[in-house]
Amino acid sequence: MSKPKLALYWAASCGGCEITVLDIEEKILDVAEFFDIVFWPCAMDFKYEDVQAMGEKEIDITLFNGAIRTSENEQMAKLLREKSKILIAFGSCAHEGCIPGLANFFDRKGIFEYAYKQSPTVEEETRGTYPQPHTRVPEGEIEIPEFYDTVKTLDQVVEVDYIIPGCPPQSFQVWGVLQAVMDILKTGKPLPPKGAVLGAGDKTCCDECPRERKEKKIKEFVRPHQIIPKEDECLLDQGILCMGPATRSGCGALCVKANIPCRGCYGAPPNVRDQGAKMISALSSVVDASNPEEARKILETIADPLGTFYRFSLAHSTFRRAQIPNGKAQEKVVAQQEAEAIH
Amino acid sequence: MEYNTIYKPKGDAMKHIKIDPITRLEGHGKIDIFLDEQGEVANCYFVVPELRGFEKFCQGRPVEDLPRITTRICGVCPEAHHMASAKACDAVYHVTIPPAARKLRELLYNTFYCADHTVHFYALGGPDFVVGPDAPKAERNILGVIRKVGLDAGKKVIKLRALAGEIIETLGGKKIHQVTAIPGGVSKGLTEEERQKFLSYASYFVEFGQFTLQVFEDIVLKNSDYVDMILSDTFAHKTYYMGLVDENNKVNFYDGMVRVVDPEGNEFCKYHPHEYTEHISEHIEPWTYLKYPYLKNVGWKGFVDGKESGVYRATPLARLNVSDGMATPLAQEEYEKFYDTLTGDSSGKTPVHHTLATHWARVIELMYAAERTKELLEDPEITSPDIRVIPTEIPTEGVGTVEAPRGTLTHHYKTDENGIVREVNLIVGTTNNYAAISMSIKKAAQGLIHKGVEITDGVLNKIEMAFRAYDPCFACATHTLPGQMPLELRIFDKDGQLITSKKRY
Repeated sequence: MSKPKLALYWAASCGGCEITVLDIEEKILDVAEFFDIVFWPCAMDFKYEDVQAMGEKEIDITLFNGAIRTSENEQMAKLLREKSKILIAFGSCAHEGCIPGLANFFDRKGIFEYAYKQSPTVEEETRGTYPQPHTRVPEGEIEIPEFYDTVKTLDQVVEVDYIIPGCPPQSFQVWGVLQAVMDILKTGKPLPPKGAVLGAGDKTCCDECPRERKEKKIKEFVRPHQIIPKEDECLLDQGILCMGPATRSGCGALCVKANIPCRGCYGAPPNVRDQGAKMISALSSVVDASNPEEARKILETIADPLGTFYRFSLAHSTFRRAQIPNGKAQEKVVAQQEAEAIH
Repeated sequence: MEYNTIYKPKGDAMKHIKIDPITRLEGHGKIDIFLDEQGEVANCYFVVPELRGFEKFCQGRPVEDLPRITTRICGVCPEAHHMASAKACDAVYHVTIPPAARKLRELLYNTFYCADHTVHFYALGGPDFVVGPDAPKAERNILGVIRKVGLDAGKKVIKLRALAGEIIETLGGKKIHQVTAIPGGVSKGLTEEERQKFLSYASYFVEFGQFTLQVFEDIVLKNSDYVDMILSDTFAHKTYYMGLVDENNKVNFYDGMVRVVDPEGNEFCKYHPHEYTEHISEHIEPWTYLKYPYLKNVGWKGFVDGKESGVYRATPLARLNVSDGMATPLAQEEYEKFYDTLTGDSSGKTPVHHTLATHWARVIELMYAAERTKELLEDPEITSPDIRVIPTEIPTEGVGTVEAPRGTLTHHYKTDENGIVREVNLIVGTTNNYAAISMSIKKAAQGLIHKGVEITDGVLNKIEMAFRAYDPCFACATHTLPGQMPLELRIFDKDGQLITSKKRY
C-alpha cells in the first residue's frame, strides 16, 4: 500500500510555523517515514508543476501556513484545496491573519506610501516608485504577484477542514496532532468533526495560568513597562491588560509565566466568534466603575484597544478591516463584509 | 498558473532563463536571467515578490509591544528583531537598562547566534564544501554532511540546537517569538540553578565551536580545489563593508558603533546607529518589493562594485572586515589565521573580498558567540534581580541596532507623548546585501553560462552558492533540511519556443 501523502505550504508568513515543525526534532523522521511528503517548499525540492500535475484530492493532508497577502498566495491556496482531501489552516496567519492581518487597519496605498515614499531612507531619485505587477526592462519583462489591499485568512478564500492555532503552534502540540493523524490513518478511526480546532485546549489561557486570580476590580489600566508585576498574582488583577480570558488554552501560558501579558495568539476560545468582542465582554465585568462616565475614563487608559483586542485576529474578526474614507479616520473600524471586493 | 507562464520575448531576440521558484527564499523568490543573441548572459534580475507592510501597520500600536510584534517579521531570527526593537524602545523612553538586563539580553542573543550559525554551516552552506559542489545532488545536504563527517557530528548538531533552544525559551519566554525584552530591561531573570546548568551547556558550545573549526580545517582548507574556488574571481566582489564594533573595534553582535570600511580596508565612517539616515539611502526598482540600501555618501551607481559604488555588504565576512579582531581568545586566534591565509596580513586590515570565505567567517563568529555565552554565564551579576527600570521620561524617538546573523539590523521608531507609535522605519539584515547578492548571482551566471555550455546540475549549484554564502533570510526557512533548493532553468529561443529545460530536485 502506498504511503499517505502530506504537503506543507507557506503563504504570507514569517517561517516560524516551519521551524516549529522542525522543533519536533528527531520525530520528524517518523513523519517522513510514515508519509510521502509530496510538497514542502521550505525543506524539500518539489515544484509547483508537480502539484499541478496531481489528480484531484490526491494529497491526503495539507498543512497550510501563512495569510493571503498576494495573488500568488491565493492561487496556491486554491490549487492546494483542489488537490487535497484535508486542508488544515496551520498557525495563526492561516487561521486568523495573525500579525500580518494588522495591515487591515490600512490598505495597499498606505503601505506602499510609507515603504516607497515616506520612509526617511528612501533616496530622492526613485522616491515614489511603486512595485508594478509587470515591468518592462531593457531585456524583457518581469512579473511579480499583485499585492492585495486586504489580508485574508485561508478560510476566506477556500474551504478549510481543520485549524491548528497559535503563533507559532507549540511544537509539542504539532507532534500531538501528527500522532493522532497517523493513528487515524492506520486504524481507520473516524476523523474529528469538520471545522474542529486541533492541537489546542478547550478552555482559556487563564485556565493554564499559574497566577492567582482574585475578584478583579480595576480602577486604571497600566502598560507592561510601567510596573513590575507581583510574581504570583493575575496580571489583569494588577491592571495590566492581558488577553488570557479571551484566548484559547494550548500554549501552556508561556508569556504570563515570563511576567508578560498574553496577546491572544491562540485565537478565540471555544464557541466564541470574535476574540475582541469576547475581551470587551470580559473587561466589562471587571472594571470598577459606578457610572458610565467613570467606566469610560477607566477604559480610556487602555492603549490601542482595537490593535490589542484584535492583535492576532483582525483579518478574521467581524470587522475584517478598517474602512478608510479619503485616507482618514483610520481608527474607525467598521464592518465591511465585501472586503474581498476591494481589489 | 502564473508561475509557469513561459516568458515570450516581445520582439527582441533575448533568451530568458527563469529560476522560479527559489523555494527556500522567504516567499517565492525568483531569478530571471536574460541571454543576448550570442548566448551570453545579458542581465540578471533577482526578484523578491513579497512585502508584508510592517512599517505601516506598526503605526498606532503601543511602542512597548513592538518587540513582540516585529518578531513576526522572521520566525527564524525573531531574536534579532526582538533585541533591535527593545533597544529602540529603550531609546524612545531615554532609559538605560540595568547591567544585568543588558547581560541577559546579550546572553540570549549570543546563544541564538550559536544555534543559527550552526544550522547554516551544517545544513545549508556547509554541504557545498563538506560534501563538495559537484557531488551528486542527493548527497549535497545535511545527511551527506553526516555521512562524510560522521554520525557523531549529526548528533552534536542536534544537541547544540536543543540546548540553545532551552536557554532561549528560559530567557525569552518562548522558543520562537520571544517576549521578555521590554523598555527598561527584561521581564524575567536567571536563577543560580539555571546559571549552573546553562554554564555546562556553554562549555559544550565552546567545544562544539572548536570541533567545527577543525571540520572546516580538515575538509575545506586542506583541499586545494576548495581553496582555489574560494579565491576565484567568479565569487569575488570588491565592495564596502559594514558591521557593529565595540569600543576596541572588535566584533559585537548586540551593541556598538557602526563601522564602514572601503574596498581597501580604510575606515570610511564610524557612526552611532541613531545617525543611520545620514549614511544609508535606499534605491527602489519597480520589479521587486525589496529596496536596495546603499551608502548615501558614496551614491547609487547601479549593480556594480568598487570604491565609486555605494553598494556595501553586511555579513559575517563584512563584520570581520570592519573589525580589528574578535573579543575572545579562541575566535581571535582563528581570525588571525583567516587573514593570514587569505590576504597574508594577519592584522585583518586588508579586507577579504571572496564571498565564499563568508562560510569561514561564520564559523569564527560561532566560536566567538560560544565563548561570549560562556563569559556571560560566568559573570555573577547575571543572576542579579535588578533587571528592570521603569521609564519615566516622555517617549519621543529612538533607534535600535544589532547585528543580525545576516546583517546590520536597524529599527527606528517615533512615538507620540503617550508612547503610541507614529512612525517605524526598518533596515533588515539581508536587505543590506540585496544589491550585492544580485551582483554575485549575475557574476556567477556570467562566469558559468555560455553558448554551447550544457547547464548541468553542478552549474546550477554554483550559481546558488554565490548567494547561499549570504544565508539570505528572504529565506527564513533556508535553515531547514536538506539545505538544497530546487532550481529550474528554462531557455527559450527568439520565438519563445522552449529549447532546453533543466530541473533539479
